[in-house]
Amino acid sequence: MSNSIIKVSSLHKSYRMGNNALHVLKGIDLDIKAGEMVSIMGSSGSGKSTLLNILGILDNHDRGDYYLNNVKIEKMNETKAAKFRNNYLGFIFQSFNLISFKNAMENVALPLYYQNVSRKKRNLKALEYLERLGLKDWAGHLPSELSGGQKQRIAIARALISEPKVILADEPTGALDSQTSYEVMDILQEVNQMGITVIIVTHEDDIAHRTQRIIRLKDGLIEHNELNGKYEPVVAGEIFTSN
Amino acid sequence: MFDLDRWQEILNAIKQNKFRSILTAFGVFWAIFMLVVMTGAGNGLINGVTSGFQDFATNSAFMWSNRTTIAYQGYDRGRWWSINNDDIEAIRNEIDGIDVISPRLQGWNLREGQNVVRDEKAAAFNVMGDYPQYRKIDPCTMPWGRYINEEDIKLKRKVCIIGENVYDVMFDEGEDPVGQYLRVNGVYFMVVGVFRSNNPNINIGSNKKETIYLPFTTMQQTFNYGDEVHFFGFTAKPGVNVQGIVDEIEPLVKKHHKIAPEDDEAIGGFNVQSELQTMEYTFLGINILIWVVGIGTLIAGAVGVSNIMLVIVKERTREIGVQRAIGARPAVVIGQILTESVFLTTVAGFLGLAFGTLILHLTNIALTAAAANAPEDEMTFFANPEVGLPLAISALALLILVGLFAGLIPAMKAVRIKPIDALRHE
Ligand SMILES: Nc1ncnc2c1ncn2[C@@H]1O[C@H](COP(=O)(O)OP(=O)(O)O)[C@@H](O)[C@H]1O
Ligand SMILES: [Mg+2]
Repeated sequence: MSNSIIKVSSLHKSYRMGNNALHVLKGIDLDIKAGEMVSIMGSSGSGKSTLLNILGILDNHDRGDYYLNNVKIEKMNETKAAKFRNNYLGFIFQSFNLISFKNAMENVALPLYYQNVSRKKRNLKALEYLERLGLKDWAGHLPSELSGGQKQRIAIARALISEPKVILADEPTGALDSQTSYEVMDILQEVNQMGITVIIVTHEDDIAHRTQRIIRLKDGLIEHNELNGKYEPVVAGEIFTSN
Repeated sequence: MFDLDRWQEILNAIKQNKFRSILTAFGVFWAIFMLVVMTGAGNGLINGVTSGFQDFATNSAFMWSNRTTIAYQGYDRGRWWSINNDDIEAIRNEIDGIDVISPRLQGWNLREGQNVVRDEKAAAFNVMGDYPQYRKIDPCTMPWGRYINEEDIKLKRKVCIIGENVYDVMFDEGEDPVGQYLRVNGVYFMVVGVFRSNNPNINIGSNKKETIYLPFTTMQQTFNYGDEVHFFGFTAKPGVNVQGIVDEIEPLVKKHHKIAPEDDEAIGGFNVQSELQTMEYTFLGINILIWVVGIGTLIAGAVGVSNIMLVIVKERTREIGVQRAIGARPAVVIGQILTESVFLTTVAGFLGLAFGTLILHLTNIALTAAAANAPEDEMTFFANPEVGLPLAISALALLILVGLFAGLIPAMKAVRIKPIDALRHE
């Protein structure tokens, strides 16, 4: 087998809206190798999120094949989908999507709760991740008490704690200023250095240029898919030395 | 299994919808409160009424003769007739199901003026003739002396036992009446005992407290009743239906006295067993009503809980979506909603149970105090309004069930939320 972590061929997706169907993805072919860091670009409404959601098994595709870690992903029941997400995938959202009444540590620990890890164990691990991201002192704080950058770092810790193979980030810097955006990108690059595949949806060029490969969507098709010559990874091991 | 994360979510959900949660919970609270108070009141009524029958032989009946209403074998309708000693003997011999039979005489004609005299004291009292067996039907205690016995019957002794009020009027307080004589309608009888019925509320023929019981045979002879029996009571053997015995006695007696078999009026009767059964059906009816109303209210409460849970699910759509995206299985989400719903109903219901029980307890205290002040003779129709532990436990079980049902639709709704739909509203 190949070392593709994500392999998509002739992927179609349309949304039904009343009597009309909105054909959003019109045959996507994509092959992402394990350990790659890829960005997906395109204008608003070009189907970036739709594609990412299908890759994250949050949504079904209509036609075409999708292999995740060489497992064919087909229409499956929600319990199985939840298991896939929990085991293989980590999500990072533009609006962070932290649980408002849980503190930072509990938010980070949540994926382990769904794996039935004991409270003590998962909190310990959550603290460990918070420490690596420099947020240990904020462990007991509620999301509302944190800045945008801090929230996104907590969301990253939450995505990482279940040790996924792929991180899917939909406009992770969309709600952040450029300084904070770069910090988040530094972290995501380091995550990638750990061997985790990172897929970032963005419409900002400077964000995209910090990934190894840039994929451009247009009218439901891949317009460009090329390696990024300017890619310069950060010095590895600053944050995740222990891994 | 205490799951802190789950409880954190529950408390948070309730906190975020404080007012609505309380209003909703009040529905369930009220339902259980009503159920408890109504059941308690119903039980109070039942306790009050049945305590009136306490100790009286409930498997008993009384029968007497009436004028005939149908002409038969040359006799006109409207004939007077009387049950007699031979009838009793025949019944005793021929009818198996009877445990004891006790013929009675009632001296209607004897209570006149001041028919009972002792020295300077004189008063009017009822006089009745009885067998020792009567005590099996209508049990009593003997504050003084003894009951009528077989020897009294056999020897037709001129003895008597007297009711409490007779003692109070004819004797001084604390005076031993045993061996003293009373003149009853001109004839002297020696007092051998004072009886106090266990059921002062049930009076058949006369107020027992104001009655003098003579041995049946003595009374028949002394006051010239011939072989007449004015009425009789009997008890059925264990497991034998009283009405069945009544249905055997009637043709037997009718045959002896040449009464038309279809003459239903000629023999009167009072079947304690079937009266009690009727009462029990009434109580059953009351209980059913209570439960119908209570469960109706509870269902209304459950619909309320279901509603608030729907609101909670709607408000937390995004949160549920996030949880699903990071790996929450549908079962986790369902469990969450159901626990929340059961928690709301159970807490509210438990408060209703506690409050209802408290109200019943206070009522009970008030009733006890009132009973202590009331005159002794007053019949109670209401006693010990309370609900037992079984009701409390079944109410709680019911609540959990109701909570589960109330949470079902919201839980289904929550599970149907696709993570993608929940997350799209960015
Ligand atoms: N669930 C949906 N139902 C209907 N239309 C949708 C749905 N999700 C996305 N769309 C539409 O599909 C198109 C692509 O959306 P999206 O993938 O979110 O674009 P992007 O993330 O590139 O901005 C848009 O026109 C959007 O309105
Ligand atoms: Mg998008």
